[in-house]
Amino acid sequence: MSGTTLPAVDVVLVGFGWTGAMLGQELVQAGLKVLALERGAWRDTSNDFAVTFAQDELRYYYRHALFEEPSQGTITFRNTPSQHALPMRELGSFLPATGTGGAGVHWNGQTWRFLPSDFKVRSHNEQRYGALDPDMTVQDWGVTYDDLEPYYDKFEYLCGISGQAGNLNGEMVPGGNPFEGPRRRGYPNPPLDMTYSPELFRKAAHDLGLHPFTAPAANMSQPYTNWLGVRLGQCTYCGFCEKFGCGNYSKSSPQTTIHPVLLDNPDFELRTNSTVLRVLTDSTGKRATGVLYVDDQGNEYRQPAEIVVLCAYAYHNTHLMLLSGIGQPYSPESGKGALGRNYAYQVVSGVDLFFDKDKVFNPFIGAGALGVAIDDYNGDNFDHSGLGFIGGGYICLWNTNGRPIETQRVPPGTPKWGAKWKRAVAENYMSSASISTHGAVMSHRSNYLDLDPNYRNIHGQPLLRMTFDFKDNEHRLSDYLTDQAARVGKAMNPKQVHAKYRKGNYSIVPYQTTHNTGGTAMGADPSTSVVNPYLQSWDVPNLFVMGASVFPQNPGYNPTGTIGALTYWSANAIINRYLKSPGPLMQT
Amino acid sequence: MPRMLVLAVTIAGLCALAGSAGAYPRQSEISRGRQLAIAADCTACHTAEGGKPFAGGKPVETPFGTVYGKNITFDKDTGIGTWSEDDFWHALHDGKDDEGHHLYPAMPYNYYTRMPRRDVDAIYTYLKTLPAVHKQNKPNDLSWPFSWRWLMTFWDWLFFDKGVYQPQPQQTAAYNHGAYLVEGPGHCGACHTPTGFLGAPDRDEALRGNEVEHWYAPSLTEGSHQGLGSWTSQEIVHYLANGGNDRTAAFGPMAEVVADSTSKMSDQDLHDIAVYLKSRSAPKHQESDGGKPDRGPMSAGHRIYNAQCAACHTQGGGGQRGQFDSLKGSGIVQADGPQSVVHVILTGVQAVHTEHRPTAPAMPAFDWKLTDGQIADVATYIRNAWGNRASPVAAGNVADMRDAIGAKAGP
Repeated sequence: MSGTTLPAVDVVLVGFGWTGAMLGQELVQAGLKVLALERGAWRDTSNDFAVTFAQDELRYYYRHALFEEPSQGTITFRNTPSQHALPMRELGSFLPATGTGGAGVHWNGQTWRFLPSDFKVRSHNEQRYGALDPDMTVQDWGVTYDDLEPYYDKFEYLCGISGQAGNLNGEMVPGGNPFEGPRRRGYPNPPLDMTYSPELFRKAAHDLGLHPFTAPAANMSQPYTNWLGVRLGQCTYCGFCEKFGCGNYSKSSPQTTIHPVLLDNPDFELRTNSTVLRVLTDSTGKRATGVLYVDDQGNEYRQPAEIVVLCAYAYHNTHLMLLSGIGQPYSPESGKGALGRNYAYQVVSGVDLFFDKDKVFNPFIGAGALGVAIDDYNGDNFDHSGLGFIGGGYICLWNTNGRPIETQRVPPGTPKWGAKWKRAVAENYMSSASISTHGAVMSHRSNYLDLDPNYRNIHGQPLLRMTFDFKDNEHRLSDYLTDQAARVGKAMNPKQVHAKYRKGNYSIVPYQTTHNTGGTAMGADPSTSVVNPYLQSWDVPNLFVMGASVFPQNPGYNPTGTIGALTYWSANAIINRYLKSPGPLMQT
Repeated sequence: MPRMLVLAVTIAGLCALAGSAGAYPRQSEISRGRQLAIAADCTACHTAEGGKPFAGGKPVETPFGTVYGKNITFDKDTGIGTWSEDDFWHALHDGKDDEGHHLYPAMPYNYYTRMPRRDVDAIYTYLKTLPAVHKQNKPNDLSWPFSWRWLMTFWDWLFFDKGVYQPQPQQTAAYNHGAYLVEGPGHCGACHTPTGFLGAPDRDEALRGNEVEHWYAPSLTEGSHQGLGSWTSQEIVHYLANGGNDRTAAFGPMAEVVADSTSKMSDQDLHDIAVYLKSRSAPKHQESDGGKPDRGPMSAGHRIYNAQCAACHTQGGGGQRGQFDSLKGSGIVQADGPQSVVHVILTGVQAVHTEHRPTAPAMPAFDWKLTDGQIADVATYIRNAWGNRASPVAAGNVADMRDAIGAKAGP
């Protein structure tokens, strides 16, 4: 086999975004020699998104400065197994990153905990509503909210999340989210100061008997020093978060919370421009011996390691497992095999509200997670009897930004271009707002990931093929959420309400969210999961998989909070159990 | 041979540690020498970037040309391997090498002369334990007539105030130890004391601030606008130990001093330094009002400040505690010389990374973004807003600095 063999390390991390940095820090603290391989370049605040040029919509949003480049490796896509999948030649629906910090650089900072019932989607819903649609492949996670609570807490205090607790050890706290699971202590920072349009939403929702609260945010409401001693500054509400790096050190990212300490540790090494091609295994196939990677000059290296951890973006983890021949690929016909199964996404919609000019919202005073939300229609917080779907999503009036190129909210019926369009943009810029719905996607028999038989990447490897569409559950759920959002919107008394329902097939073209989940699902049953509840491969016990690829289905929240909690939960199991006795942490 | 020597010394040290009660603890002498070498920041000039410790080669810019730090490892051919303890003492105490030649005062022997013999011997003992490195010294690149080393006879005769530090009996032990560290091994005045004719320190103006390598080393006296007047002793200790405190971070040459020297000094040493610095009264002339700047630059500077600076430093100039420096009340912002302010705006700076302040936030460069006039206006503004008071900055000052440090051209 090709490739220069390099000196061995204890742990090799594939990818250096959020999970790579978190795990790297935990494992060097436990005394291990850790190497991270990052396919992209080094990125830091002062060189790559300093305040002098961070707020550049063309560079970062429209020209994708921080995102992965499809020509270096993309996916193919189709809606159903009967179609011929075609390569995605431009990013659209979702925006995976490359470079150190990964998508943690350009996220908005919406940092949620999943509901206790989200971790028991199958057992909980079957118990309450009877048998589920047989094509729905949802499953329990094998961990509970209570298991993860200390690790949610650890991640929130790493990041300095701004928010208002709703449930402190079972005691309800006014102003917080009454539906959240009990938390051991409040958020590390107070909630962000709110702008006008979310406050109108708060009042309208409250008057309708709902339970509005200020959304939890990784944007700092005040200067913060985390438990690693790393400091963040106060958010300036500049409104350049999602798709941008924060120039002010005020959005939690691997750079602003972990890198200054981790990169100073002599037991840690980072190699950038190093693309892992596959995980290497011994002759039994039951033990990972390291990884094969290629640098930007095309040189291949074999990196031996005692432990291999996949920390790449969700569907890249699945891709690497498929390319490495670890685990049984999923077949939608037979329903057998767990690898690539349970791919899910997010179903989102919006309701635009147009007000008279006396309502001045100053949308440019924004932050990535600045908003007021309701959780009354998320998870199983409401009775689904007769609704024809399970799950839900949060409804939120975010004021993430008023960026000049992107913010063109116009009432229905406005021409798409020309003088009338320009006038409508100008007239509505200051006095319009949008309510978002953030719906769950339940995994389904015919939504999955596998290797494409036709198309290959620049390394000659088959591309990953994504087969995905919204099913009845998603459409009913999203229509219901959109109805509720419009109801709150109307109660805000705008002159016009425009509910934008999510209709038809899933399209990979318009931006929706970078919340791709599943493919290496976790669970307690090896026939339907790739990793056990400690994120350890069932097939190769010295291989672990981090990130949203382990979600068995995708609840109605942004994933990062739970990714953080799962990473610390797994790190704890690796350090306190696996290292003492290397081997399976759960017997099959 | 050198390795044998290291071994011998180490064994001697270990034996001492093993507890031969009553014998002089050799290991403690080595570690005392190491601490003194840290306080004296020998590495600043004698360790090149990426080079072996103390093997020399680091360029030191002076107004008279470039001097290269010498190899002070104990290599017999290229280092000081043939030097006796007496030779080493003469270098630090008298400013003369083993052959009696005068050293250039870039080597701060005019400060090291305050060190008593036993401290100098301790440094010698410590250096001798380190690996000898065979590395030829780089010849200095000095302009004539400064390339004539014998001329230093006159420099010494005119300016060199030789002699070991004499404790002041009326002062506390902490004061005396702090004064010794500042005036002796720490050689703070090498940057912070104004220099006069031929680069000689102006002793009457000691520690009252000076331009150095296109920065301005601010006043360390008790001035209220310039200086440390409003700093507590604890803030001084935090700054030196961690590379910053709630007011400001160390940057520029001081960041290197913190990284190589003060962050590795004991809390007791830093406390004593703070006690001494807090006793230095403000010079009278610096506290007088230099006249108000014109309204034009102030209002232009205010607009630039709000657009470019206020996001981090805040509209009131107070910064964000421990993260972004306070400009309001800052001694370096209001320093006699605006060099550091202009330099920072042009090139940006990064705070020093230390164990207790790992974040090391950076300010980006504005050289490509602001014109000389805009930088002059905003510098004038921050030097005179929020109760600050200092001389205005002219566009010509910015243009000169741009040239001198090779910053990018403006828009």
